[in-house]
Amino acid sequence: MAMTTTGAPGRGWLRWLVVAIPYLWLIVLFLAPFLIVLKISFSTTAIAMPPYTPALDLSAGLGALWEQIQEFTFDNYIFLTEDSLYLQSYLSSLKIAAISTFLILLVGYPIAYGMARARREWRPTLLMLVILPFWTSFLIRVYAWIGILKPEGLLNQMLLGLGVISEPLNILPSTLAVYIGIVYSYLPFMILPLYATLEKLDETLLEAAADLGCPPIQAFWKITFPLSIPGVVAGCFLVFIPAVGEFVIPDLLGGSDTLMIGKTLWAEFFSNRDWPVSSAVAVVLLAILVVPIMLFQNAQKKASE
Amino acid sequence: MRRGPSWFNITAITLGFAFLYLPIVLLVIYSFNASKLVTVWGGFSTKWYVSLLSNQGLLDAAWVTIRVALLSATLATVLGTLAAIALVRFGRFPGGTLFSGMVYAPLVMPEVITGLAMLLLFVAIGFARGFWTLTLAHITFSMCFVAVVVQSRLITFDRSLEEAALDLGCPPFKTFFTITLPLILPAVVAGWMLAFTLSLDDLVISSFTTGPGATTLPMKIYSQVRLGVTPEINAICSILIGIVATGVIIASIVTKRREVERQRAERLALQIG
Amino acid sequence: MAGKSLTAGKSLGPVRRAFAPWNDPAAKPFIQFQNVTKTFGDFTAVDDLSLNIYEREFFALLGPSGCGKTTLMRMIAGFEEPTSGHVMLDGQDLVGVPPYRRPTNMMFQSYALFPHMNVWDNIAFGLKQDGMAKADIATRVDEMLALVKLEKFARRKPHQLSGGQKQRVALARSLAKKPKVLLLDEPLGALDKKLREETQFELIDLQVRLGMTFVIVTHDQEEAMTVADRIALMDQGKIVQIATPGEIYEQPNSRYVADFIGDINILEGKVTSTEGGVATLDCIGTGAKVQVTQDGGAKLGDEAWFAIRPEKVSISLTPPEDPSVNAVSGEVWDIGYLGDVSIYHIRLATGATVKSTITNTTRLVSRPITWEDKVWLTWSRDGGVVLTR
Repeated sequence: MAMTTTGAPGRGWLRWLVVAIPYLWLIVLFLAPFLIVLKISFSTTAIAMPPYTPALDLSAGLGALWEQIQEFTFDNYIFLTEDSLYLQSYLSSLKIAAISTFLILLVGYPIAYGMARARREWRPTLLMLVILPFWTSFLIRVYAWIGILKPEGLLNQMLLGLGVISEPLNILPSTLAVYIGIVYSYLPFMILPLYATLEKLDETLLEAAADLGCPPIQAFWKITFPLSIPGVVAGCFLVFIPAVGEFVIPDLLGGSDTLMIGKTLWAEFFSNRDWPVSSAVAVVLLAILVVPIMLFQNAQKKASE
Repeated sequence: MRRGPSWFNITAITLGFAFLYLPIVLLVIYSFNASKLVTVWGGFSTKWYVSLLSNQGLLDAAWVTIRVALLSATLATVLGTLAAIALVRFGRFPGGTLFSGMVYAPLVMPEVITGLAMLLLFVAIGFARGFWTLTLAHITFSMCFVAVVVQSRLITFDRSLEEAALDLGCPPFKTFFTITLPLILPAVVAGWMLAFTLSLDDLVISSFTTGPGATTLPMKIYSQVRLGVTPEINAICSILIGIVATGVIIASIVTKRREVERQRAERLALQIG
Repeated sequence: MAGKSLTAGKSLGPVRRAFAPWNDPAAKPFIQFQNVTKTFGDFTAVDDLSLNIYEREFFALLGPSGCGKTTLMRMIAGFEEPTSGHVMLDGQDLVGVPPYRRPTNMMFQSYALFPHMNVWDNIAFGLKQDGMAKADIATRVDEMLALVKLEKFARRKPHQLSGGQKQRVALARSLAKKPKVLLLDEPLGALDKKLREETQFELIDLQVRLGMTFVIVTHDQEEAMTVADRIALMDQGKIVQIATPGEIYEQPNSRYVADFIGDINILEGKVTSTEGGVATLDCIGTGAKVQVTQDGGAKLGDEAWFAIRPEKVSISLTPPEDPSVNAVSGEVWDIGYLGDVSIYHIRLATGATVKSTITNTTRLVSRPITWEDKVWLTWSRDGGVVLTR
């Protein structure tokens, strides 16, 4: 089996090293931390450093380890179900992420479509223009909206100046502002995979449809859209999954009534300094997202083969 | 059909780009506002930029940020490139599914989870938090982005080029450095730039994994933003946007020019031949 | 598939032999191009072109890539609109009619099968657009599947088909709507040689039996000669010659046509006599004196070219009775053995080369005429043509 993938750079040990270095790195710094989160979510808060017990001290030997493991408790998870704040945060996060994803699809599809149908020599420039905001700081892009949306901000000034409204709108802080922030920040993540599939679309297929009597709008729904589904799926995953755990946007643009789980976790960790409960929050969030994440990975793997 | 751009497409692109750029443009414009009141135009001034220079806390944070970004982007590029080669070239190996899972997961993983997990790791192994934990965390999440960028180039890479080198007697290790690497270099460079900006921009993971004395620029900006919009923040943001925009535009002009030169050379070769 | 035709039955000979509406002044053209020009920016793809195609004709547009043949076809389908001029179909002006309202269907070079639909849905696609009843669609699709012998593959997706099968699906899909004109854009380009040759005859068979008008675009002259009733040879947006395959091969109207179709020797010369329907040329490069029958194209004193196909040049070890006319001598320089024929390259004393083809009628591997032999080449007055351009 080892020799079937020939032509790869390096012989035996070299090939082994190419895999082993990033593999070990990710196991130590990405996988192991999750196991620790899982472990701490079963621990109890303590006034100490680290602020939880048991601390699982391996130096005490295996017997002591077993004793420590017996101290594990489901209290943190039970606590999550008792306080409705957590359930509401999860539900509200899922709802906000789902609606935002749909809105981003609505906004992003026409843009990606327009780009893919633009003149060939224009496409790299348009693509760069979509990527450029993505390279600028997330925080800055969210911050930019504060200046626009706040009560004495530019939007209200303009609307008041035009006489559309007589009282400033209270958009900031609000859940509406969170939607605007998410749509704005995540738009490029939707446009890029959509553009990639739409650009690859063989235009003779549309010619064939027209030739067989199909007018352009129908051809869009019968040919273009079904063939762009992989891009739609990839874009939705890229937007939905991180949006569920979003912290910066609800924190800066959302009001006190905008519940999102990222914000709750942050507060639990930094304000309440309750590490076991924040770990439990993270574990549950991960459990919710594990199915979409696996689907996303499958889609990525399929695309790379 | 080879028609010109339709009105629908032009409208979609125009509105879309207006939406993407207007907030940023307004932010930059108001960084030159003489008035302290951010939303009232008080005339053109560069005084906020000048006052930044005397803000020692901000300059320290900028220095930390740049050091972390340079170091983490470079190591993330090495690790990410290795990961991409492992993914594309080695096909199935024991634990391959876990490996590809670990490469793709950080792309979508909510940052609060990644940040919390890494912090708890550093606490568990008793690693003093600060510059180094920050750098390790940045390497870990940005190497996955590098891996995806390099991977997409490797997939379209013509394997017969490597086979030709092997056939002409070049050993595999040397083939990688003389043939493969030069040809995937644009993707590697793009990966480095992406890793650099990701590190430069990161707030959430940094907030979890940092320690005393290692405050980054986004963390500084964030703590000030929470207090309200000030022209000074607009000025820092404008500088950061300027740096990133210049970098990206220069990079795309360089690639574009190389492409044009290549095409011209090809045309010339055809005419001579 | 091998050997079997798609629609079994009688020989097509009587139908094909009698069909020549282009010679009938009363016949009404089915497709008409009237002074059509098409430009893309500053590039002229089609240049003030007029052309008539008749009903039930199998018409081939032939030419090198970039000659405008594909643009011409796309104007019938409606994917391009002429910059000026008119395209008429069955007496109706097509200009301004979008492709989805035209009674024409096209078989694409890439086949353009919809990858997300199976074979059945691909063939049904056009019928559904017409709002045909479900039952009628099913009958028609099954009929088309039977026609191209793909009944067993109805539920397959395009990527599960071989090249030849895809080609058949594309054909079935474009025929399903019974278009007034079927347009074929390099329809067999992606098939290997043997399959291509078989399919060419199947296409002829279909076209005659369905009684439809076919327009084919190809850059393959053999394909055009095999399938078409008439061929239009194009160059730089203009038609150089329209004629039947026989005429275009035996009576090319220019060096361009002579050279594009098949293999040919072209000798440059000057017309020294045109008496009695016979032109006499003095060929400078070869030193030959050529006499050839003609119908008055070449005038006395003109610069002209004598063109003769290699198979019409006889080769012999002994000199002819009159070596001064229609004969040259030289040395065998090279022999290309192709199995059925051998091509002899004869180097003349002047350094020019003339080709001659000999049919290999025996199994002898050693040829009577071989390398470095001194030979004579001769031809008859009717063997070649004199060209003035």
